[in-house]
Amino acid sequence: MKLLDFGFELKEGLAISFQAIRANKMRSVLTTLGIIIGIVSVTLMGTAIEGLNRSFNENIQKLGADVLYVQKFPWFDGGDNWWKYRNRKDITVRQYRSIKDQATMLAAASPSSGRMATVKYLNHSIEGVMAVGSNQDYLAISGATMENGRFFSQAESDGGRPVVVLGYKVAGDLFPNETPIGKNVKVSNYTYRVVGVMAEQGNFLGWSLDNRVVIPMTNFMQRFFNRRHGIEIQVKVSDLKQIEDAKEELRGILRKVRNVKPGDEDDFAINQQELFIQTFNTIGGVIAGIGLFITALSLFVGAIGIMNIMFVSVTERTKEIGIRKAIGAKRLTILLQFLIEAAALALMGGVLGLMISYPLSLLLDQVLPTSMPISVVLIAIFISILVGVISGFLPANRASKMDPVDALRYE
Amino acid sequence: MNVINIKNISKIYQMGTVQVSALVDVSIKIDRNEYVAIMGPSGSGKSTLMNIIGCLDTPTSGLYEFNGVNVGEMADNDLATIRNKEIGFVFQTFNLLSRSDALHNVELPLIYAGIKRSERRELAEEALHHVKLGDRMHHKPNELSGGQRQRVAIARALVTKPSIILADEPTGNLDSKTGIEIMALFNELHQQGNTIILVTHEEDIAAYAHRIIRIRDGMVESDHFVENRHVPKILA
Repeated sequence: MKLLDFGFELKEGLAISFQAIRANKMRSVLTTLGIIIGIVSVTLMGTAIEGLNRSFNENIQKLGADVLYVQKFPWFDGGDNWWKYRNRKDITVRQYRSIKDQATMLAAASPSSGRMATVKYLNHSIEGVMAVGSNQDYLAISGATMENGRFFSQAESDGGRPVVVLGYKVAGDLFPNETPIGKNVKVSNYTYRVVGVMAEQGNFLGWSLDNRVVIPMTNFMQRFFNRRHGIEIQVKVSDLKQIEDAKEELRGILRKVRNVKPGDEDDFAINQQELFIQTFNTIGGVIAGIGLFITALSLFVGAIGIMNIMFVSVTERTKEIGIRKAIGAKRLTILLQFLIEAAALALMGGVLGLMISYPLSLLLDQVLPTSMPISVVLIAIFISILVGVISGFLPANRASKMDPVDALRYE
Repeated sequence: MNVINIKNISKIYQMGTVQVSALVDVSIKIDRNEYVAIMGPSGSGKSTLMNIIGCLDTPTSGLYEFNGVNVGEMADNDLATIRNKEIGFVFQTFNLLSRSDALHNVELPLIYAGIKRSERRELAEEALHHVKLGDRMHHKPNELSGGQRQRVAIARALVTKPSIILADEPTGNLDSKTGIEIMALFNELHQQGNTIILVTHEEDIAAYAHRIIRIRDGMVESDHFVENRHVPKILA
């Protein structure tokens, strides 16, 4: 078939199908419900994964690839071993000191613990602030920087001085119009002198990193320590390439100081960013799997719906097919006409789906910063046309094979 | 030269286990610019004959030459091309596309012929002017009277300048006054050089033609020229 002819057929086919869809608006919309649901689910899934990827990529850097976290609980282990981990010996400041004294491959190390607290200055008060106990290495390990003032010194840290470094948001909320440096704030009714303010860090997995205050660990242990929360030890290795060796060294020190017998398994966990990446990929895979299943199912239902309505349409328009054949429409022309109609119907479903899922993606954006990627939109459009063509094929084929004499006689 | 040369054609339908002969050994020749009426009671086989002449159907046996080309054994697509370019159909029930306006209905065969939009529009408008519907081009069939609808159908049949115009009971759904108007139009078209084949069971209508072929029981019963032709007079 010549290219020119195909252009004609396409144009005519489109005109006919829009006419037919317009003539049966309600039926057309109902028919495409399956497609609509399918497209909504595939686009929202794509958007959610896009959002997860985006926030993950932003967040994972905050975690630092070169930081190891010594904790009782391994990250992302199933719930079965919860009690075992729960009953492990606590991580202690003494163990931190052993690491600090013995480890050779570390750039920095700090004990760390946290607790929710209320922070007050004069008549300003903020609840739900994370009060973190740490040492002078906090900045180096967390990757945070200072906005104002300074971080507390080793002497202040060792001496357990009542000094505090404010997170960006805490400083902004408590001191909208004045400098916080040198002022006294109350953290859960204990008075601390502000020595510095950290620069804005944003969110980590939805938690604001700016809604926190950092005080010396020794001081934290005296006033806030809660055995239930325990402490963890954060260490930054000096060379990322040797992270595995550093981890081994750390393991050796910890086994010794925690009296783990040779042959027994570790009674602590050394966590790292790597685990996050693995788990994230698993979660992403699960979301994609569920999304694809829902999508496939609803597109299948949608395809059946379109096939059904196209059979109805072909039967209803038997006479029209007869007329068109009598005045010279070829088989392929009729086939294309109905294929185009099915594709247009499905495409309409796809576009309606996009019109529904776009506002939903904006809603999703409130929870998980994301936007609908253009590739997802294009894929959705492509999928709906494809579904239309596939499900339209049998009805269109039936139409194209109709005998013109019989078709003309049909009433 | 004959436009239509039908030689010993038969058509047998298989109805379950029974074979029904709709046409038996029919031979007909029709020349260019003839005005022929094919007559016969219902069940005589005239519809089958019309379908074969119109290339909507093919004979079981025998030869059918259209403009010297054997169309009896053509494939579907080639038959569609013949129908599109060489045959203009006019049906009893008009068979217009109800959702399209008059102009688009007339354009349709040209679309299938692959004619460019501007040219197609021009030809279709010309055909509608020819049947005196220049002022109804954008009306849909349900906004037109029966006679006007049949004129649209005739314009559609004319627009490709076919070798024959094949009309199946063209006045069957019209009142007698409108029927006469339509027959006057056919008369005019014939005078302008068109070949017209009229299928009817009404003697009055057949009498407008120059030649009447009577079919009975699938065979040609008689084939003669009309002596006292009706000439349609449009009643004012």
